[in-house]
Amino acid sequence: MSNEGRTPDLTRDRGLQTVRESTYKYALAGCAVLSVLTTVGIIGVLFVDAAEFFASPAVTFGEFFTSTRFSPNLEPVSFGIFPLLLGTLLVTFGAALVALPIGLLTAIYLSEYASQRTRSVLKPMLEVLAGVPTVVYGYFALVYITPALNVVIGGVNGALGTQFPTLGLFNGLSASIVVGIMIIPMVSSISEDAMSSVPDSLRQAGYGLGATKFNVSLRIVVPAAISGIASSFILAISRAIGETMAVVLAAGSRPPDIPPTQSAFGLLPYVAPGDLLALYSDSAATMTVAMINIAVSDLSGGSLAYQSLFAIGLTLFVITLAMNVISDAIANRYREEYE
Amino acid sequence: MTTEDMATETEADDDTDSLVTSDPGKGGLSENDDRGTVMAADTIVESRDLDVFYGETQALQNIDLAIPENQVTAMIGPSGCGKSTFLRCINRMNDLIDICRVDGELTFNGKNVYDEDVDPVALRRRIGMVFQHPNPFPKSIYDNVAYGLRTQDKTENMDAVIEESLKKAALWDEVKDQLDKSALNLSGGQQQRLCIARAIAVDPEVILMDEPASALDPIATSKIEDLIEELAEEYTVVIVTHNMQQAARISDKTAVFLTGGELVEFDDTDKIFENPESQRVEDYITGKFG
Repeated sequence: MSNEGRTPDLTRDRGLQTVRESTYKYALAGCAVLSVLTTVGIIGVLFVDAAEFFASPAVTFGEFFTSTRFSPNLEPVSFGIFPLLLGTLLVTFGAALVALPIGLLTAIYLSEYASQRTRSVLKPMLEVLAGVPTVVYGYFALVYITPALNVVIGGVNGALGTQFPTLGLFNGLSASIVVGIMIIPMVSSISEDAMSSVPDSLRQAGYGLGATKFNVSLRIVVPAAISGIASSFILAISRAIGETMAVVLAAGSRPPDIPPTQSAFGLLPYVAPGDLLALYSDSAATMTVAMINIAVSDLSGGSLAYQSLFAIGLTLFVITLAMNVISDAIANRYREEYE
Repeated sequence: MTTEDMATETEADDDTDSLVTSDPGKGGLSENDDRGTVMAADTIVESRDLDVFYGETQALQNIDLAIPENQVTAMIGPSGCGKSTFLRCINRMNDLIDICRVDGELTFNGKNVYDEDVDPVALRRRIGMVFQHPNPFPKSIYDNVAYGLRTQDKTENMDAVIEESLKKAALWDEVKDQLDKSALNLSGGQQQRLCIARAIAVDPEVILMDEPASALDPIATSKIEDLIEELAEEYTVVIVTHNMQQAARISDKTAVFLTGGELVEFDDTDKIFENPESQRVEDYITGKFG
């Protein structure tokens, strides 16, 4: 009797509970699947339209990467993204030059030198920097950074007799600087997390051997956190590659003027390093900016210009995907090295 | 590198490597730093009236303790008795804890290490440390030992010094073919011997060991114990341990700390374990508490 009375107690809710649990499970899985499907959909659309673009007799795969004129709307049309790649490269390289050292040194300061109180003030401030809308950065570059740089350049030229060119209203240099500032929080925050998770026992070992704080930071903590630091670099560079609003306001919408080119290996356009530097003083539209230009121009679906949007988008996607793969590979290579 | 070379290099380093940052020639250390005339039981580290506080909590009370040179001094006592705190006072590792405050005097070769003009970095170059858990750097075996040498600009004959240190730490035969491999692939016991090699490579005078075998299995522990006894021929070893048998086996002197940060008894190890003065020490050693 007592056994019969007990058994239903144990099993009574099971049916309901099973239904409830599986409902949760499928609801959660559905959310996860949704983002996967979106990604797959986007990639699919990119591929389909890009394929149509390359299938058109008006443009070849080779021309797309090597022709030095990008003019999707004005006759004669030409779809060479080389100047746009160059614009992206200029801005990204300049931004990395600003952000990687400053971001890393900030991270070292926050993780190793700053007191608890300083850190609790500085970290949220850096995160605010990451939350500023990028259009504000672009405007800041246009209105403040470029004029300020021109004052500096004028002063340097006057004092040293140098001939640095005055910056145009839109220029690659201010875009580089402002995108660099924009991605500093990304570098410093991820690097700081990586350094903070280096076990304290390693620092103690260093101090016990008579190392100074700087030596411990640079020779023990930074190498131990190198995978996180490298990831932060690559994520920040990916972000710079994809940045649009700040760049269009700071660097304008005209691709860099490529000087009369020689060919390298008879295939790729070639720009002399000295000319590269001069390109920073003038407008330097990037791939993303070119996409905006096409998107806002009066175009019809199915036109070649419309399809070129997807070809450029696919190129960007491949570049950032490659960066992410590299970042993952680096993180895996050094994962748990100190555990 | 021959032993003579090493000796010459050590002397040269001692001349320039004073604890005092401002004036290397001055400051007590140099007078007592003549290791040639040392007798067996000279005091190398001595505390007088040492109090240590963590915030409001007092961790050590009025510690008077004289540690003899070239011997093994063990510190035993229950958890929280302050023995590790005392060890970390000797090379000022407690400086790294913001809330830690030290009163009183602690001398190394006659010089109070808490004087204003003492540079803790210089102090730690002469007093090495081995920690409770093996903490090799995530670098190669070679670079682990080389780190201290590079930090202290002792890179002359580095390969030979590293080989010598690994031999002294009884690790050379096990690792000589894999010096460029990560130290993290070694077993726990090997890692701890690597940490000892790393500490002795820079040729300190004193080696502090904070429960160096507590995270190791019995075989690895016995290797470390053998090693400690050998090290005492050349270095002064101060070891904190939870394991009373270990203290009895390897130490010449034993200090017993009891709860509250009090040094209850300090004497020859034989005396402490066979015929302690204090009833509390006897109770502790015979396992009545702690």
